[in-house]
Amino acid sequence: MALELERRPLPSTLWRILAPLLAVALTALAGLGLFLALGADPSRALWSFFVAPLTSLWGVGELLVKAAPLALIALGLAPGFRAGVWNIGAEGQLTVGAIAGGGLLLALWPLDAAWVLPAAILAGMAGGAAWAWIPAVLRTRRGASEILVSLMLAYVAQLLLSALVYGPWRDPEGFNFPQTRLFQVSLPVLVEATRLHPGVVLAPLLALLLWLLLGRTLLGLALEVTGRAPAAAGLAGFAQPRLVRGCLLAGGAMAGLAGILEATGPVGQLVPVLTPGYGFTAIIVAFLGRLHPLGILPAALVVALAYLGGETAQIEAGLPQAVTGLFQGLLLLFLLAAELLVHYRIRRREGASRR
Amino acid sequence: MSVPPRLELEGITKRFGRLLANDAIDLVVRPGEIHALLGENGAGKSTLVKQIYGLLEPDSGTIRVDGRAVRIGGPRIARRLGIAVVFQHFTLVDALDVAENVALGLDERLPRRELARRIAAAGEAYGLSLDPDRPVRELSMGERQRVEIVRCLLERPRLLVMDEPTSVLTPQEAERLFATLRRLAAEGCAILYISHKLAEIVALCERATILRAGRVVASLDPRTTDARELAARMVGPEPHAGEPHAGEPHAGEPHAGEPGGTSPRRPVRLAVERLSLPADHPFGVALDALSIELGAGEILGIAGIAGNGQDELLAALAGERAAPRPEAIRLDGRPIGGLGPSARRALGLVAVPEERLGHAAVGELGLPANTVLGARERLALAPGGVVRWARARAATARIVQRLDVRTPSLDAPAAALSGGNLQKFVIGRAILQDPLVLVAAQPTWGVDAAATAAIHAALRALARAGAALLLISQDLDELLLLADRLAVLDRGRLSPARPVAGLARAEIGLLMGGLHERTGEVVDGA
Repeated sequence: MALELERRPLPSTLWRILAPLLAVALTALAGLGLFLALGADPSRALWSFFVAPLTSLWGVGELLVKAAPLALIALGLAPGFRAGVWNIGAEGQLTVGAIAGGGLLLALWPLDAAWVLPAAILAGMAGGAAWAWIPAVLRTRRGASEILVSLMLAYVAQLLLSALVYGPWRDPEGFNFPQTRLFQVSLPVLVEATRLHPGVVLAPLLALLLWLLLGRTLLGLALEVTGRAPAAAGLAGFAQPRLVRGCLLAGGAMAGLAGILEATGPVGQLVPVLTPGYGFTAIIVAFLGRLHPLGILPAALVVALAYLGGETAQIEAGLPQAVTGLFQGLLLLFLLAAELLVHYRIRRREGASRR
Repeated sequence: MSVPPRLELEGITKRFGRLLANDAIDLVVRPGEIHALLGENGAGKSTLVKQIYGLLEPDSGTIRVDGRAVRIGGPRIARRLGIAVVFQHFTLVDALDVAENVALGLDERLPRRELARRIAAAGEAYGLSLDPDRPVRELSMGERQRVEIVRCLLERPRLLVMDEPTSVLTPQEAERLFATLRRLAAEGCAILYISHKLAEIVALCERATILRAGRVVASLDPRTTDARELAARMVGPEPHAGEPHAGEPHAGEPHAGEPGGTSPRRPVRLAVERLSLPADHPFGVALDALSIELGAGEILGIAGIAGNGQDELLAALAGERAAPRPEAIRLDGRPIGGLGPSARRALGLVAVPEERLGHAAVGELGLPANTVLGARERLALAPGGVVRWARARAATARIVQRLDVRTPSLDAPAAALSGGNLQKFVIGRAILQDPLVLVAAQPTWGVDAAATAAIHAALRALARAGAALLLISQDLDELLLLADRLAVLDRGRLSPARPVAGLARAEIGLLMGGLHERTGEVVDGA
């Protein structure tokens, strides 16, 4: 019996909002099954995964510290995803941002003037944007897929960071550990006994700004139209190459910002593995948030909880580390499935008379 | 005479909603015959072919193959009956080579060496030389078509359907194709040849069935008639001179243009001077030295069969593709050929493309957003890049009210509107901007009678208010009803515009059928 997908004429608004919530619920349900299969006590595992991390001030702080870069990167990616510009390499832009900003700090070391930190943050954003400029130019000038180019460049950036940290930038007093000096300047801590840094406040502010930008400006409309109907965008007079470039550069700058905030905040130096893959995970966050700036904030919290929960579940319930990645994968799977069913319905194929 | 016809259609009827696409079609194709199926766009040719190939099932009627009544439930069954179709738009995969593409279309699996041998054999027998190892992306249009034909020939077809085969071929390639078809026919293969190019049909076919508005209007031997008669049958009878068009509010008024005068004395709003543009994709048409002069208050109709440069002309006038020289297009004397769509709208040139969803409007976006997209410049809906949604909604409300657009709500997504109402919205959006020049393609395509009347009335009112209108349409009746002058677009070239008053339909039909170069002769004979 053949089944086929049929586009719904008008997707229901209610289900568009419910779809991500449903995906989260299904992920939790699948996780339950998973814990049972692993022989862990499911209630204990679920508790340690989803609740335990939030029972202390430190835990809540860590949640926000992990959610902030996810949200920043996702906010940078969302406009591009709306316009059909698929920047998959935010991880690389994050890394190059950290290299650029961190490099500046190392070059100025041990200077700690007031302008050093802002300069490093700007350098980080510029570095991320520069890394994204490569796929942007290759796409607009040569028609190369920004998906492949940005993704491959993410691995190049990772190797570049390793080469620097293992090589010329290694801390001369660091007993040969692959890491740079601790930076002389770092982000202030906002709340005692946590690692909360200004990036945590910056994310919601930028989300608000982006919300206004997307909803109130011609630019927001242009992004929407370019993604949905390129021909209509052409007739409306929106210049596609410029939009594509702008989306990639903005996404790169935001990823670079997240990278330098990590380096100057929670980490305090450059190390070979700077983040647990925030740049890739932010793609999930962007879609979980329905590419809406205000949706991205709760989405970032949910996904950050999966990171934290994975850690506590390892310690308390003896589950393997891979559980975190598995949860993220499940979440993305359910999310995409729910999204598909919002826009299409499954129906049995009738005879050959239908086209 | 005991040999049954290869294909016999009897009373084939197919209806899509309110549209009767095929109305009791009878058609007989005999073995060894090259049979032309002739008709304007929308006459029902494609629908008929789809039923012969099993892509659509007729609502009623009988199909007989070799005298036996058959039910063709799908293309596979059609192929088993010996029916093969070469479609107008090729179905080849660029990245694969010739042999792989041929293998894709075959129902049986063959080892590659055997496949290559058969391709070579078919090529030799019918003059269709092909290298099985070449990737398709390197082939010319003519060679690609050869791949499609060879693919069909390997199935040993007994009926070969060619859907507008020469539309993408050079004259030399077309000549080679004719030689191949004649050889096939000589071997007893029946060929159904779909085209609207009259000269080809006279040269190639021994039988022609002419469709108009879903019905067979003639079945004749094209060799005993001439292109003029074919054209006349294709476009329909002459309207009675001076007969008012019932139900049209302004039918009693004379046309604004001076009858018989070719150059209007009104100020020239839009001037296109020898505009040429290369084709921008493989199925595109190059515009070849087009010249247009359009005066205030005038309606110029551009007739022609789809795929002769209509899309390209609209893109060039709208500004989606820049002209090679800024002076090639002038608006009120000012060169605008280098400007984009937004700048042209700001100056007063507004274009409405044929495709309502995805081009003229975005289905997922609400009507106010669509108003912003197409009318923001002259209505100041987004000054300084900030969208004024309140103004956009107010403008949308005016459009909805002025053209009586039926919409679930003012903020409904464009896709929620019916085709006719969306078209009214799109036309209304253009009119609300008070354009100096309005260019519209197929303004009433697929729109019901009431909406058509509303749109026609709105267009007339706009012209009376002093705007210049350029209507690109395949609906000849519509152009004859609205336009002051008429020109025909054929293979990217535009015939000189002629006043509609006193223009014979047969003449237009000849121009549409590609008899450009003989225009003078025909006019003398008229």
